[in-house]
Amino acid sequence: MNSPFFYAFGQGIRNIFRNKWYSLASLATISTCLFVFGIFVAVVFNVNHIVSTVEEGVSVTVYFNEGIEQERIDQIQDLVKNRPEVSRCDFISADEAWAEFSQKLGENAEGFTENPLANSENLQIYLSDVSKQAELVSYLETVEGIRKINKSELTANTLTGVNKVIAYVSIGMIVLLLAVSVFLISNTVTIGISVRKEEISIMKYVGATDFFVRAPFVFEGMIIGLIGSVIPVLVIYYLYNFAFRFLYNNFSFLNDYISYVPAMTVFQFLLPVSLIIGVGIGFFGSFFTVRKHLHV
Amino acid sequence: MADRRKMKRGKGEGGIRNVIVLDNVNIAYSDANGVPALMDINLKIQKGEFVFIVGDSGSGKSTLIKLLLRELTADSGRVIVNGYDLGKMHHRQVPKFRRGLGVVFQDFRLLKDRNVFENVAFAERIVMKREKDIRKDVPNMLSMVGLAGKYKAKPKQLSGGEQQRVAVARALINSPTILLADEPTGNLDYRNTNDIMKLLEQINQSGTTVVVVTHNRDIVNEMHKRVITLKQGVIVSDEKEGEYIDE
Repeated sequence: MNSPFFYAFGQGIRNIFRNKWYSLASLATISTCLFVFGIFVAVVFNVNHIVSTVEEGVSVTVYFNEGIEQERIDQIQDLVKNRPEVSRCDFISADEAWAEFSQKLGENAEGFTENPLANSENLQIYLSDVSKQAELVSYLETVEGIRKINKSELTANTLTGVNKVIAYVSIGMIVLLLAVSVFLISNTVTIGISVRKEEISIMKYVGATDFFVRAPFVFEGMIIGLIGSVIPVLVIYYLYNFAFRFLYNNFSFLNDYISYVPAMTVFQFLLPVSLIIGVGIGFFGSFFTVRKHLHV
Repeated sequence: MADRRKMKRGKGEGGIRNVIVLDNVNIAYSDANGVPALMDINLKIQKGEFVFIVGDSGSGKSTLIKLLLRELTADSGRVIVNGYDLGKMHHRQVPKFRRGLGVVFQDFRLLKDRNVFENVAFAERIVMKREKDIRKDVPNMLSMVGLAGKYKAKPKQLSGGEQQRVAVARALINSPTILLADEPTGNLDYRNTNDIMKLLEQINQSGTTVVVVTHNRDIVNEMHKRVITLKQGVIVSDEKEGEYIDE
């Protein structure tokens, strides 16, 4: 193996074992930082998911003028469906409304020979973004053929507020955790290399090129970063699945109200982000730290 | 051309006869308030010479070695080593230049986490020698310096003299034309000092130019080689072989 690339790669791996305490310390730092980051991401994903689920259940109900033609109802439904803030728009006929209501009434519904909700055909409109409810209602008020609009302003406003708080807190915490991770990991890499600056100077005195000196350190940093980022993601994956099953089995009464983000969804986000952070800091940290000691 | 700053052999002052030329060299450290470390240094060392550079602490010996290694560059004047004009040399050319030099330090500067074989082999690996050649060359070199049986030992398992032999083996493995030794016996006892100096003489006899920086007057007196004396950054004497008399 005379290729400088393979030599440097081999040396990078050997360096990890030669400097096992430094390697372990770096691994522990990277893993811990990314584990905390991953846990937070998993929590944020689920909180967002729960809020989104609640949002999806918030609807605006539109009732039509008496004697309205079915054709006009279809037109209104099309108009509403095409609005960007609308995720779903279901037409409920008078018969369907009565069938649902009579189920709730049970035996009490038997006395009715005609549909008492004959005039209650409606559109149930679900929003993709609950903060746009007021905007939609304003629009609906201008549409001809609509008699009444039922909406829950309080729910919409509360959810919008909660969403904003979650978004700000999540972004703030993620940025903070990322900054702390980057700082801690790059410090570990810097310290690990700085204690070996004599080794770097020896290599330079013997006539090693900058690439020859730097490459093993960069590979070492990247390998430690890779392992250090994969470990916490795998641990989180298994912990998450475990927690998911535990909640599902032991708190089954919650299942009707809360659904959790599948582990794979969290994993699909967390794995690439962790790899970029771990391997990226391993690479750039080693690259720039070694550079400081190259001018011998 | 990468080597365009290397002067053609046989031409100019850094030609085939003079492997080291210093021409009106001045250098001052920025943190020394402009007090020069070396002043108006003019020096020529021919191929195959054995030269001692002596002087008290602060006389400029180490600065001179650093200039020759291109660890420092002169503020003015020219430094030509092995045909390279070091003042005009690009940072990228330094590794190639240094491969033509062997360097030995007082503190040995061995890679502590590698064994004797790997320390010596390292100098060959950086020039991408084939593994087959390394396996042949390193044992030969270790035999030459008297360490054939210790190739697996780590530096901390060796005595000071043995560590310095490893450093010499590493310095010589790529057959340099010049061997620079900065206080090579500074950390050694009398017997090891003699052994190392004999080894350096033997290396010189095989054609390598040897420059030894030392403050050890005894070995200088015993060896009767050319002696350049520095005092406060100035060459105060340059005595040819056999001329040096310790004051």
